[in-house]
Amino acid sequence: MEFDHLLIRYGEMALKGKNIKQFIVKLQENIQQKLHDYPKVKVKRTQGRMFVQLNGQDPEPIIAKCKQIFGIQSLSLAIKVENEEQQIKDAALYALVNSNDVKTFKVSVKRIDKNFPIRSQQMNQVIGGHLLSNTSGYTVDVHHPDLEIKVEIRTEATYITSSVVPGLGGLPVGTSGKTLLMLSGGIDSPVAGYLAMKRGVEIEAIHFHSPPFTSERAKQKVLDLASKLTEYGNSVKVHVIPFTKLQQHIFREMPDGYAMTIMRRMMFRISQMLCERENILSITTGESLGQVASQTMESMHAINEVTSLPVLRPLIAMDKNDIIQISRRINTYDISIRPYEDCCTIFVPKSPKTRPSREKVNYFEGQMDVTEMLHEAVQNSETVRMTGKLDTMQEFDGLL
Amino acid sequence: MIYLDNSATTKPHPEVLKSFQQVSETFFANPSSIHQFGGEAEKLLMKAREQVAQLLHVDSGEIIFTSGGTEGNNTALKGIALQHHERGKHIITTEIEHPSVLETCQSLEKLGFEVTYLPVNQNGVVSITDVKEAIRNDTILITVMHVNNELGSIQPVEEIGQIAKQYPKLMFHVDDVQGLGKLPLQLAESGIDLCTMSGHKIHGVKGTGILYVNKHVRLFPLIHGGNQEHAVRSGTENLAGAVSLAKALRLIMVKQKNDATKLYKLNKYLRSELGKLNGVIINTPEQAAPHIINFSVPGLKPEVLIHMLGEQEIYISTKSACSSKLTDESKILAACDLDKARTTSALRISISYDTTMEELATFVKTLDNAIKQLKEVLE
Repeated sequence: MEFDHLLIRYGEMALKGKNIKQFIVKLQENIQQKLHDYPKVKVKRTQGRMFVQLNGQDPEPIIAKCKQIFGIQSLSLAIKVENEEQQIKDAALYALVNSNDVKTFKVSVKRIDKNFPIRSQQMNQVIGGHLLSNTSGYTVDVHHPDLEIKVEIRTEATYITSSVVPGLGGLPVGTSGKTLLMLSGGIDSPVAGYLAMKRGVEIEAIHFHSPPFTSERAKQKVLDLASKLTEYGNSVKVHVIPFTKLQQHIFREMPDGYAMTIMRRMMFRISQMLCERENILSITTGESLGQVASQTMESMHAINEVTSLPVLRPLIAMDKNDIIQISRRINTYDISIRPYEDCCTIFVPKSPKTRPSREKVNYFEGQMDVTEMLHEAVQNSETVRMTGKLDTMQEFDGLL
Repeated sequence: MIYLDNSATTKPHPEVLKSFQQVSETFFANPSSIHQFGGEAEKLLMKAREQVAQLLHVDSGEIIFTSGGTEGNNTALKGIALQHHERGKHIITTEIEHPSVLETCQSLEKLGFEVTYLPVNQNGVVSITDVKEAIRNDTILITVMHVNNELGSIQPVEEIGQIAKQYPKLMFHVDDVQGLGKLPLQLAESGIDLCTMSGHKIHGVKGTGILYVNKHVRLFPLIHGGNQEHAVRSGTENLAGAVSLAKALRLIMVKQKNDATKLYKLNKYLRSELGKLNGVIINTPEQAAPHIINFSVPGLKPEVLIHMLGEQEIYISTKSACSSKLTDESKILAACDLDKARTTSALRISISYDTTMEELATFVKTLDNAIKQLKEVLE
C-alpha cells in the first residue's frame, strides 16, 4: 500500500457558481503543464475534486510543484482503495502509522456514495476502533487531534488522506485575462506581477532598456526576474523597449523637475501602444503610495492621465518590508538586488517634483513632438519569451 | 588497466573536460568585472548555479561552489561553529567521519567547543536513539556523513533530519561526498541544512565542489574578500570548474536514474565471487551503498596485495586516500568493533557506472592468485 494520489482542493473557485467549470478546466491544464516533466503522472477531475495520479512517481517534487500553482487551496497525499470496508480500514491504518509526531488522531468519514452500506458516523467508529486495536500509544482526540484521517467514500472509489499541505490559493492563471507588467529590475515590480497572477491574470512584461547607459546585465536581470515569475504561470513574454533616444531627449529638453514625470508618462504611452498591439487590457505596475517621488498622489494623477487602460497597482497600500518579504519568498529578491544600473537609476533629476501638476506637464510636453520616437520605440522592441527552463541556455550550448 | 578506486577519485568524463577547456578558453573574463565580457562570464556562472540547483531541487541562492569535499566540510563546520558559538558550543558527530570532519571537530575542540563522537554498530551505522540522546540545549550542529567512504555503510541521515527539524537552533550537516550520484538524498525540506558534495567523485575535475546551504542558515566565512559566492566564499570564481561540475552533476544524475540497477548487479556479483575466496571476509554490510565493498584478508598486509595487483594494472585501495598513508589499522573498521586481524588487513573496492563484469572477474581471479601466492610464501 502507498500514497498513490494527490487530492487537490480548490479555494475561492468553489464559489464560482455556473462558471466553475472553466476555472477547473484551466486549473487542470495548469497542473498538467507544470507536471509535464512527469509523463507518468495523470491529472483527473471528478465532481468537486481534482486528483493527481502519481503512478509510482516520488510525491515530494510533485507536491513542491503543485505548491506553486495558483488556484490550489490545499492538497493532500491520498490512498485510493475500493469501497470496501477492510481495504478502507487497512489504508487508514497505513496513513496513521506513516505519519510522524502523532499521538492523537481523529477519523472523519464523508460518505458521498450513499450506496455504501455503513453510515458516516458509524464508519468513523469502525475505523477508529480498527486503528486503536491495531496500534498502541495513540488516543482519539476529536477536538484538537495531531492528525485527522479523512476518508471520502465516493462513487468511483474511496480516498484516504491525512496531512494537509497548504497551497497558494488565488485563482488559476489564465482565468482573468492578461496584463502588461511594467518590469524594472527593482524589488517591487516582480512582486506586483506575482500578486496579479495570484488573481488569475496572465502576464506579459515590458522593460525599458537604455543601452549603452544600461548594460546587458541589467537586461538579463529583468529576464531572470521574468523567468522566476514563470514558475507561477506558464511562459512570460518580455518586451524590451529601446528607450535611450527618447530618454535622452526628455532629459535634454524638459525642465529638470518635470523630466521624471514626463518619462513615466512616456513609459505609460508606450505600454498602452504595446497593449493595443498585443490585445492586452490592462497595465500593472509596482507602484506603492508614497515610496518615491513618482508614487505620490499628485504624481500618479499626472502620470495616469496618458492612458485610458485600467492600471493595476497590487502593491499600492503595502509597506516596503511586506513587499521584501514576498520577494524573498518567491525568490526574486536575490535577483532584484543585483547592483546594475537601470533606466530609472541613471537619469535621475536632482530634485524631481513630488507634486507635479497636470497643466504644467501638458504645457512642457506640448513643446516637443515625440510621436515618432514613441512609434520607433514600440516598433524596435525586442520580444523574449521566457519559459523558465534555463532560458537562453542555447548560447552556452554544450558547456553545461 | 582496471580501475577500482572510484571512491578516491573518478576518471573525469571527456565531456566534462571538454567543457572545462572551452570555458577556460572562451570565457576567461573575471565574472565580477563590470564590462560586457565579464557579464558573459557571470551569466554563465549563474546558469551553472541554476542548473545545479535544479538538479538538486533547491534554490540557486543555496548553492556555493567550493574547491571540493574538504573545503565544503570545513566551511560548514567552522562556519556554523564561529557564527553561532554564542548559542552553544556543542557539536555531535560520529566516530567514522572523514578526516576533513573529524579533524575539523578536533580543531574546534581546541577553541573551546565540545564534541560528542557517537559510536557505530558492527555494520558501521549510528543509532538514531544515540543521536536523540546526545542532543543538548547548547548543541548547535550535528554532522553525519551519508555514505561511509571506507565501508559503504549508509547513515540514517533522513531520520536524523526529521529529528533536527524539531530543534530550530540546531543545524544539520550531511557529508554526501560518497553518496552523490549513487543514492538519492532529498535536500529541500528534509531537515538537512548543509550538504557537502565533491566534483571529482562524480567524474568531474579535481578542485571542484558544492556546498548546499539552506537559505535560513548563516555561516561565518572561512575566506573573506570580494563577497563572491553569496559572501560565504570570497575569491575569483573558478568558472570553468563550476560549469564543468554542473555538467558532471547532470551526467551522473542521468546515470543514477537510468543505470542504478547496474551498480547493484556489479555489487552482487562481486560480493558472491569474493565470498567464495578462501581467506576473504567481507566487511561491508548487506545494506550499503552499491559502489563500495570493503573486505579483509586476515594475515596479509593490504599494502602488499595492492602492489601485487598494481603490477597487473589493477588499482584498488586500502581505506580513504586521505588517511591511507598513515597507519595500517582502519579506524573505521575499529570503530565497528571488528577484531585486529580484520582491521589491519582491509581492502576497498569502489566501482563506477563504467565498471564492467569482465573487469570484476579478472580482478577476482588475480586477487585469488595473489592471495594463494602470498600464503604459500608466508606459511
